[in-house]
Amino acid sequence: MEIPENVKKRLSLPAEEYFYAGHTACQGCAAALGLRYVLKAYKNKVIFTIPACCSTIIAGPWPYSTFGAPLFHTAFETTGAVIGGIEAALKAKGYKVKGEDGIMVVGWAGDGGTADIGLQALSGFLERGHDGLYIMYDNEAYMNTGIQRSSSTPQGAWTTNTPGGKKHFLEQRPKKKVIDIVIAHKIPYAATASVAYPEDFMRKLKKAQETPGPSFIQLFAPCPTGWRSPTDKSIELAKLAVQTAYFPLFEYENGKYKINMPSPNKEPKPLEEFLKLQGRFKYMNKEDMEILQEWVLREWDELKKKAEMFK
Amino acid sequence: MKKVISGNYAAAYAAKHARVEVVAAYPITPQTSIIEKISEFIANGEVENLQYVPVESEHSAMAACIGASATGARAFTATSAQGLALMHEMLHWASGARLPIVMVDVNRAMAPPWSVWDDQTDSLAQRDTGWLQFYAENNQEVYDGVLMAFKIAEHKKVNLPVMVIESAFILSHTYDVVDMPPQEEIDEFLPPREPLYTLTDFDNPIAVGALGTPSDYYEFRYKIAKAMENAKEVIKEVGKEFGERFGRDYSKMIEFYKTEDADFVFMGMGSLMGTVKEAVDLLRKEGYKVGAAKVRWFRPFPREELYELAKNVQGIAVLDRNFSFGQEGILFNEAKGVLYNTDAKPVMKNYIVGLGGRDFTVKDVKVIADNMKAIIEKGELDREIEWYGLKR
Repeated sequence: MEIPENVKKRLSLPAEEYFYAGHTACQGCAAALGLRYVLKAYKNKVIFTIPACCSTIIAGPWPYSTFGAPLFHTAFETTGAVIGGIEAALKAKGYKVKGEDGIMVVGWAGDGGTADIGLQALSGFLERGHDGLYIMYDNEAYMNTGIQRSSSTPQGAWTTNTPGGKKHFLEQRPKKKVIDIVIAHKIPYAATASVAYPEDFMRKLKKAQETPGPSFIQLFAPCPTGWRSPTDKSIELAKLAVQTAYFPLFEYENGKYKINMPSPNKEPKPLEEFLKLQGRFKYMNKEDMEILQEWVLREWDELKKKAEMFK
Repeated sequence: MKKVISGNYAAAYAAKHARVEVVAAYPITPQTSIIEKISEFIANGEVENLQYVPVESEHSAMAACIGASATGARAFTATSAQGLALMHEMLHWASGARLPIVMVDVNRAMAPPWSVWDDQTDSLAQRDTGWLQFYAENNQEVYDGVLMAFKIAEHKKVNLPVMVIESAFILSHTYDVVDMPPQEEIDEFLPPREPLYTLTDFDNPIAVGALGTPSDYYEFRYKIAKAMENAKEVIKEVGKEFGERFGRDYSKMIEFYKTEDADFVFMGMGSLMGTVKEAVDLLRKEGYKVGAAKVRWFRPFPREELYELAKNVQGIAVLDRNFSFGQEGILFNEAKGVLYNTDAKPVMKNYIVGLGGRDFTVKDVKVIADNMKAIIEKGELDREIEWYGLKR
């Protein structure tokens, strides 16, 4: 459909769709949206590797696939290793990998499959310098298994194995900063992204395509089922996560940090605005909220310092 | 070309001559010199288009081979004992995704206690993973086995991964003459891989390993079972062709050595069968009518050949360099199971021998021969399972 000239075109995303209708994601699933953007960015010249996670299901059971691109389903902890093997095979066979017209080798794994069980294979992929992209879609718990905590679950969050009860249990440890571990590998390109800012995400996907060597993107992807949030609030939540600096957007490129916030001069909004829309935080008391708010501002301050220091 | 090389170097040369495209591996004793030799080939520019991925674990080694093989490359790796156990999950993934990966396993005992010596329990513990298993008796068979393994694995009626197995140190680090045909002749025997599907077909993208619901999973399993049955014919064809081209015949899944007129035979797998064959020659000189049945292929299991053997002998001494706790030696268990519903009922006794690299010599075979002879003459089994030579 042609867009009339008097209508303001809001997004500059390519019109082609390679993530087809009929997928089996839950209502309001941000990960499904993320997949759609990746396929828009790389069209069908991308080989996906997906470990055990929600996206295994989202892609559809045999003989279906909602992906207009080759897809390899693999074991939970192997994403980094499999994409390394695919890249090696492409090179042995003389294909162009990465870059303009090259094949994109993409590992797409959730936070559990990345921050926990898949961390070793991710580290191997990064340190060996494979030409590929690893995307961790972060919904902050094991959602496909039924909402259990991962090391990427924030402190004070309810999950089915960190419930809130009379003794007030909840998640006790702060969210693991996977991207800091990734950056410690001194790879050429790493970034955070959010489904609420698709143009920023697309730009980062392009950057990953242009940069030789391993790239990593941590994509913030709200999960209404696991977060006990309304299904029409996923984008709003993803926006608030950025605006409160709970999940700031930044890039790490060749040793330099660059913060890319939508409103760079604004102070972060109070975290409460992000928390109150989600059932997973309803067991928090005032003290829990303060702990999380302090953590957010401390991390945000640290990031700003890094951006200044590594300018 | 004849070269005096170790079993591990034989494996490395075979991988090179098979023109493997991706090798992903992690070091473990006594496998390591396979990968070191392949690294040397790369460093010296002796191989073209070979990508070596030095992974961070055996689990990732198999995962990387799986990614490479699904992309259409000829993939190879090697491991041993704990490394093979760590790979276990991915072994299922390789066969389930129908990927013709070839791996050399250097049979090594499982810890604890720590041991680096020969024992077949590591590979036999993987028997239900959907991998074909070939047990090599000597360095030549390691070399020949790897070349044949690729041809069998990549056959369109098979499309399953193959494990070529050699003994720790007895073969892996012991030098012997290995005859290697000229590269052109190997290329004729083993042309480049032609995969049925790959991840590089962007016009017809495929999804591999998706969710199999109860309405389909069962049939996927049956197809692997069928491919394993098909593999028997392919193994015989490829083994015969290998013999015609290179003079070493592998058309039988069990090598029968002097079994035609034997009263009883020794049955086993791997390097210990070299010792047994030598003992058979000596025992024959002393008037014993004995033979040897060397099981080359453990998966698929050579049921038909075993049945033929069993019809013509009075007894089978099964030598197991492995043990399934709570039951018996694994080869014994399998062989006995095959014969249950047949008319052939030779006396069968299980001798557990040489676990963890304990010496097993010609003298030991003679002691076992006397024991078997007495059992047959008496018509009575003294016991079904004997841990031979156990220190009391």
